[in-house]
Amino acid sequence: MAMSYNSKDEVDGGPPCAPGGAAKNRRPDNTAFKQQRLPAWQPILTAGTVLPTFFIIGLIFIPIGIGIFVTSNNIREIEIDYTGIDPSSPCNKCLSRNVTPCICTINFTLEQSFEGNVFMYYGLSNFYQNHRRYVKSRDDSQLNGDPTALLNPSKECEPYRRNEDKPIAPCGAIANSMFNDTLELFLVVNGSFSTAIPLKKKGIAWWTDKNVKFRNPPGEGPLQERFKDTTKPVNWVKPVYLLDSDQDNNGFINEDFIVWMRTAALPTFRKLYRIIERKSDLHPTLPAGDYFLNIKYIFLFTLQITLYILLMDENG
Amino acid sequence: MERDPAAGEDPAPPDRRPQGRRGRRRRRRESRTRTVRSNLQPPPPASAHEEGAAQGARRRRRWWWWRPGRGGAQHLADNRLKTTKYTLLSFVPKNLFEQFHRLANVYFVLIALLNFVPAVNAFQPGLALAPVLFILAVTAFKDLWEDYSRHRSDQEINHLGCLVFSREEKQYVNRFWREIRVGDFVRLRCNEIIPADVLLLSSSNPDGLCHIETANLDGETNLKRRQVVRGFSELVSEFDPLTFTSVIECERPNNDLSRFRGCITHENGKKAGLHKENLLLRGCTVRNTEAVVGIVIYAGHETKALLNSSGPRYKRSMLERQMNCDVLWCVLLLVCTCLFSAVGHGVWVRRYQEKKALFDVPEADGGSLSPVTAAVYSFLTMIIVLQVLIPVSLYVSIEIVKVCQVYFINQDVDLYDEETDSQLQCRALNITEDLGQIRYIFSDKTGTLTENRMVFRRCTVSGMEYSHDANAQRLARYQEADSDSEEPVPRGGSLSQRGSIGSHQSVRLVHRTQSTRSHRRTGSRAEARRASMLSKHTAFSSPMETDITPDPKLLEKVSECDRCLAVARHQQHPPAHLSPELSDVFDFFIALTICNTVVVTAPDQPRQKVRVRFEQLKSPVKTLEGLLRRLSPSRLTGCGSAASLFPAKSSSKSGSSFLPVLSADSALLGLEEKLSQPAQAQAVASEGCGEDGWASQPCAPEGCAPDPCALERAPPPPPPKDPELRYEAESPDEAALVYAARAYNCALVQRLQDRVAVQLPHLGRLTFPLLHTLGFDSTRKRMSVVVRHPLTQEIQVYTKGADSVVMDLLLPCSPDDARGRHQKKIRSKTQNYLNLYAVEGLRTLCIAKRVLSKEEYACWLQSHLEAESAVDNREELLSQSAIRLETNLHLLGATGVEDRLQDGVPETIAKLRQAGLQIWVLTGDKQETAVNIAHACKLLDQDEEVITLNADSQEACAALLDQCLAYVQARTPPGAPEKTPAGGAGGRFYPLLRLPPEAAAPRPCLSLVIDGRSLAYALEKSLEDKFLFLAKQCRSVLCCRSTPLQKSMVVKLVRSKLKAMTLAIGDGANDVSMIQVADVGVGISGQEGMQAVMASDFAVPRFRYLERLLIVHGHWCYSRLANMVLYFFYKNTMFVGLLFWFQFFCGFSASAMIDQWYLIFFNLLFSSLPQLVTGVLDKDVPAEALLAQPQLYRSGQNMEEYRPRTFWWNMADAAFQSLVCFFIPYLAYYDSDADVFTWGTPITAIALLTFLLHLGIETKTWTWLNWTACGFSALLFFTVAFVYNSSCATCYPPSNPYWTMQTLTGDPLFYLTCLIAPITALLPRLFFKALQGSLFPTQLQRARQLAKRSSPRKPRAPRDPRGPLPGAPSPDTSEPSCPGASAPASQDDASPGSWPPGAPEASEEPSPVDVSVDVSVPLREASGRRAPGRPSGPRAAVPERRSGDSRAKPARSGRTASLSSVFSLPHFGSPGWISSLSLVGGLGGVWQLSRSSLHGDKREAEFLPGPPPPRDGDLCGLGQRAADYF
Repeated sequence: MAMSYNSKDEVDGGPPCAPGGAAKNRRPDNTAFKQQRLPAWQPILTAGTVLPTFFIIGLIFIPIGIGIFVTSNNIREIEIDYTGIDPSSPCNKCLSRNVTPCICTINFTLEQSFEGNVFMYYGLSNFYQNHRRYVKSRDDSQLNGDPTALLNPSKECEPYRRNEDKPIAPCGAIANSMFNDTLELFLVVNGSFSTAIPLKKKGIAWWTDKNVKFRNPPGEGPLQERFKDTTKPVNWVKPVYLLDSDQDNNGFINEDFIVWMRTAALPTFRKLYRIIERKSDLHPTLPAGDYFLNIKYIFLFTLQITLYILLMDENG
Repeated sequence: MERDPAAGEDPAPPDRRPQGRRGRRRRRRESRTRTVRSNLQPPPPASAHEEGAAQGARRRRRWWWWRPGRGGAQHLADNRLKTTKYTLLSFVPKNLFEQFHRLANVYFVLIALLNFVPAVNAFQPGLALAPVLFILAVTAFKDLWEDYSRHRSDQEINHLGCLVFSREEKQYVNRFWREIRVGDFVRLRCNEIIPADVLLLSSSNPDGLCHIETANLDGETNLKRRQVVRGFSELVSEFDPLTFTSVIECERPNNDLSRFRGCITHENGKKAGLHKENLLLRGCTVRNTEAVVGIVIYAGHETKALLNSSGPRYKRSMLERQMNCDVLWCVLLLVCTCLFSAVGHGVWVRRYQEKKALFDVPEADGGSLSPVTAAVYSFLTMIIVLQVLIPVSLYVSIEIVKVCQVYFINQDVDLYDEETDSQLQCRALNITEDLGQIRYIFSDKTGTLTENRMVFRRCTVSGMEYSHDANAQRLARYQEADSDSEEPVPRGGSLSQRGSIGSHQSVRLVHRTQSTRSHRRTGSRAEARRASMLSKHTAFSSPMETDITPDPKLLEKVSECDRCLAVARHQQHPPAHLSPELSDVFDFFIALTICNTVVVTAPDQPRQKVRVRFEQLKSPVKTLEGLLRRLSPSRLTGCGSAASLFPAKSSSKSGSSFLPVLSADSALLGLEEKLSQPAQAQAVASEGCGEDGWASQPCAPEGCAPDPCALERAPPPPPPKDPELRYEAESPDEAALVYAARAYNCALVQRLQDRVAVQLPHLGRLTFPLLHTLGFDSTRKRMSVVVRHPLTQEIQVYTKGADSVVMDLLLPCSPDDARGRHQKKIRSKTQNYLNLYAVEGLRTLCIAKRVLSKEEYACWLQSHLEAESAVDNREELLSQSAIRLETNLHLLGATGVEDRLQDGVPETIAKLRQAGLQIWVLTGDKQETAVNIAHACKLLDQDEEVITLNADSQEACAALLDQCLAYVQARTPPGAPEKTPAGGAGGRFYPLLRLPPEAAAPRPCLSLVIDGRSLAYALEKSLEDKFLFLAKQCRSVLCCRSTPLQKSMVVKLVRSKLKAMTLAIGDGANDVSMIQVADVGVGISGQEGMQAVMASDFAVPRFRYLERLLIVHGHWCYSRLANMVLYFFYKNTMFVGLLFWFQFFCGFSASAMIDQWYLIFFNLLFSSLPQLVTGVLDKDVPAEALLAQPQLYRSGQNMEEYRPRTFWWNMADAAFQSLVCFFIPYLAYYDSDADVFTWGTPITAIALLTFLLHLGIETKTWTWLNWTACGFSALLFFTVAFVYNSSCATCYPPSNPYWTMQTLTGDPLFYLTCLIAPITALLPRLFFKALQGSLFPTQLQRARQLAKRSSPRKPRAPRDPRGPLPGAPSPDTSEPSCPGASAPASQDDASPGSWPPGAPEASEEPSPVDVSVDVSVPLREASGRRAPGRPSGPRAAVPERRSGDSRAKPARSGRTASLSSVFSLPHFGSPGWISSLSLVGGLGGVWQLSRSSLHGDKREAEFLPGPPPPRDGDLCGLGQRAADYF
């Protein structure tokens, strides 16, 4: 590339001893860097050096392992499958989809009381929320309350972008497939009498999601007003502004919705559904006893997947 | 001129040189000549216009229009230098176009473009373009910078000033170089650089001469003579450009520096030929001449200098080829994985589609994709996602690393040569790692192994041999002095010792000694030599070459005939009464003195002789000349011509000018001469001549008494005293001979175009009118001068040439008369001495003469003049003419010139050989000389078996080869270590034997000597395989008398058939083709000019630097780059693996859990720096250890670092690591509420940490740079992640990783996985490495362990317990076996024996021939072997130790050493072997070593392919082996 014929050669007079080029020393600098003699640590991998390393690693991992073991022992979980594959399951009837909404009840018993905050998850398996086109099928601007995106959602949302010439809010396949079963937990007090366990809806999503990423369309009026000219997702029963009665948990900032929109990494996943807060130090959050779940089975799901409710004791 | 016969062979055909685009364009033009007219004349009519149009350059023509007054019609290239590739406008398209020549770039751009297709896109389209654009931008920026610096240097040159004649001002005015154009007249003063190719029209030199130095062009520092165009030299007044009306017709611009043809047509229709002697080339410097004027013929890019310049070469290294192959594997892998997941996706889609799964997103129109379409889309998307498998930054990274490697090689102070103040130059930027894989070295001899500093050693004249013992002793002392001066403190003794050398030269010698001593006080010998070189600034004139001690007998004879002739001349006797021998002696020295092209200069006025007197005396000379011209035709019958005028003219001219200074000169000369009487007599004679000479001369009868005017005393400037004269020769041989003649008081004092002056003590100054000089060429292998002898007026031809040629041209002598018989005897004697010289390794030249009768000369002259004036095939005609002249010669004698070995050549060869390199020497020299040099440089061992292959015909060659092969195969029977006591003369060398010595000594290694003719047969298609097979068995191969073409053919053969890496090293033009053919070409920037360097990839100042270049830098470069490439593949595979495993969990939908930003910038930003630092700086073994154990080099030869096997292991490890790094987070986050990117980010972090740790395992030396780079890398990732994850809530669909990283930092699971996964992933590798490092360490690992262990105590001696020879392979290192000794098939492990200091059996019976050789060269051998260095003080640094060893090694050679080893055999039997092991174990202090050494030994034995060496196992074998080691 470079021509070797350059001014230096021509003017200074080239190699090796040109006239007048007296004592122009080309001797390279004798620095550690240029002579590649930088001080260096030279580890040599032999049994002698590596075995102690292994040993130390092992030593470090022992307490870690113990810690993990203790923690996991302290976590108590109870998993209740309400898919209804099993014909004996009370929810079996809902699979046929004749009755909508189909409500089924599942009984279960807590052997031990849950002392701390209890987290209630719903779990799905074989649900590919990480499918490439599924993951893309959303419009973050719309979810962030951008009025233009609200009425003109991103192309990524296709084919759930418009319905009957109205933009869908929230658009996209993720939103469209939102989990919308309703679960209620009851404690059987004595025989037939039961009390509903209060389930906390808020605080299940990331704070930043709820407050930064997801926002309702701007405006002062009621949500319905703000969402006018949009239509509900195809699969949804009710529009987005009717997700909850609480204004702080309605529309795009509905936490169930936000949780759903955070697409799960693996096809078997769970998502936080409710939190049962510990009320006082004296009473366990969920005392041992019989409980039953009231499930409003809406989630349109034609596959054999496992739907389950998981109750996790925080520090039990 | 007379160089190595091979060196004379044609330089590489210029056409083969890479020609620029301009060259190609030029070829398309039709006209084959160019016409040049003066720009000062009005434009000529039509034809020139046409040509002008043909030249194109419209832009320039417009420019011409509005510059009136310069209106020539010649739109030829102007002198503007433009080496830039781009203009502002063309940069972007042109650069992009060039970059897309690289396939990888096209690939990445295509993939990025694929991303724009919505159906398959994986990333944001813009983002996908980023890495490609980044890399293109980096490259473009680099190109831009290079172009800019070229532009700047162009500007600098374009704005140099020069005197150009201006028509307006009617005088020379200063202009920039770039404004010069063809047809301009330029005036150049002394020491100015010539701005364009200029036709010399006028010179301040009265003879129309001009001297130039071509160092810028070819590196030769001697002066070249150029001559004013014929017809202008006779001009009376100063040249006036305005009167120049001639038209010059010359060749199209071409790049042949040594050729220029054309003719000039004067206005009167007369024509004159132009040759290269008339042309001043751009870039040269005017010397020795006050001012010259010339017309520009070629300007700018059409000058020969620029046509010759070519950029650095681009070769593809072997590693890169291998890498490309593996890249193809990666492509295959990519396609496979993509296909796999495409099929998987198809199946998945079919499975879930019919069930109308919620997560299955239909098409935009609501319809659903068919599984097949989905699979196709998935395939394409997968390619985009997994594109990282083909490393986008690999090529750029490799380029960066190589540039850094080149930088470090250039900066190595150990490769810096103080003597020439030059360091190693890397001219090829991208084959550094090839240096680490060389198997074969092809070396030139002259100037490469030897110094190319010729020292006159001995001569034979008319059958008498003069051994010059004193001279030999003198040389021996020089060598001692050399080694002395390496000591820190100079010895007082050496001074006095040297001061007392030879009587008559003592003054000079003492002077020299003092100067050297003073230098030595300040510094090393090299510095002193450099200083002397600088001060003198003359090629080939170190004191060693110039101060020749004459042989007393010969000196006696020379002075005797000098005296006789002087007396005879003085008394006007014909000089016929000299005895034939004495006249031969006289002619011999005259021939030595004048038969050359040496230029005399006086260093007092460095290269400028001001000849004021000549200028003043010009007009009288002119008149005299006219007179003489009229008279001269009568002197030469028939063939009157301009040429014949020269002698008369010159003698008269100089005669007239010398008159005033005669007395002063004689006084000066008196100092030099002991006898003042003859000098005075001479002065009288000359004066007499001067007084009445002009009148009397024409009347002088021809051919009788010597012309008194031919005997002037002195040159116009007082001749400086003898030692002050400097000779500038084109080749060192010439200088050596002239210096030798001077030592015999026969000194060349002046050389002009038409006369040569020789100074003799009694005869005084003899001026020989020089009629012709028939220059040296490689086909004739001789040169001649034709002179008129001033004493006899005979026309004499002195010829000097290679003995093989000259001996055939001698006058056939009749066996009848006594004289003829005598002649015959002389010839046979001379031939014998020639053989002897050759055996001694001297370069021989024959000197002969011929006396021409006037008729003969006249006839020859006629034809010669015709040849000279011919335009077509002039060269051929001239050479025919020369051949006609050079017949019927009378042999005078022969000279032996020694070409000393360069410093450290034997040691370097030994080391290189230990390193497993097979060294072939390809030389044009005679077989005998070559063999001897080979012995001297330890290429051939005394006890080595030499197969000599000299065949006369194809059949004979075939038969010989078969015979040799059969012999070689019989030599290595499985399990016959018994010596076969076949004739002791077996391996010895027979100078003239035409058959290979058939006998066999069993143990010694084989060497092959083959001459050029046989080589030609052996290189035929039918024989080449056999030849190669035979050569492969030999430890060294010596090809003598080979032509440049043969050299390159041999290299090509080895390269293509053996598939081995080859390196060719040479210094001269005859090596160019070989250098170009070899994988790595190394040029030695020595004395022979720069042609070899121009063609080379690396240029070293000396042969010995090859050792460090290969063994240290080659190894490092190879190992660094190999490791880096492997790491790259690992890294990308591992990263892609993570994505691929994820496909199993996302329905093969080509989804990625890693955020696209990370995905795209991971390679480019986060993980690129540490590997670059490691690739540039890592040293697997320190330099000292590499040099101490050259066998470590073999790892590169065997490609141990980067084999296909290593590659696949590496890939497997990558797959495993990616499995670990994927599934640990998978298990950790299974059935959790983690979203895709919250889960992917830890995986990215884990991958990064794994990469860094992996690199940590691979990095052998951790400098602060490594730490910084790794820290920076990790920090950069986390910083970018933090910033990126908090910058925008909605900007990065679809991942939208807002606050992910921040959330993760609050999650202990994140830290836990980041800790566990990398460690788990790397455990197997670490475990394996450790296991291998301690159980089966490779040689490199052992060397590293050793080096580390011994590094705390600095002056270490690795493996010293094994004996004082570092070369002796220690038992745990390599197998010291000849290639032939092991199985023929074992090409890989066949390691040429690395220094058996005398195999016991071989030397048990010293052969008779051996003895005779020994006798003949005792002195030189002894001195030569002592050369490398003396025992030095306790300055026990590592290099010091080496030099000490190198001294010890040669001392051990020969019979004594082998005898001692024979004696020691019983004592050092197996017990010694075992004890040595325990000794090592004890010393090392670590059990590993002894165990590993045992193990390594065993392993080696096991791994030796083919039939195992017979000595393996049994006690006898062990003993023998032990003997080898000690």
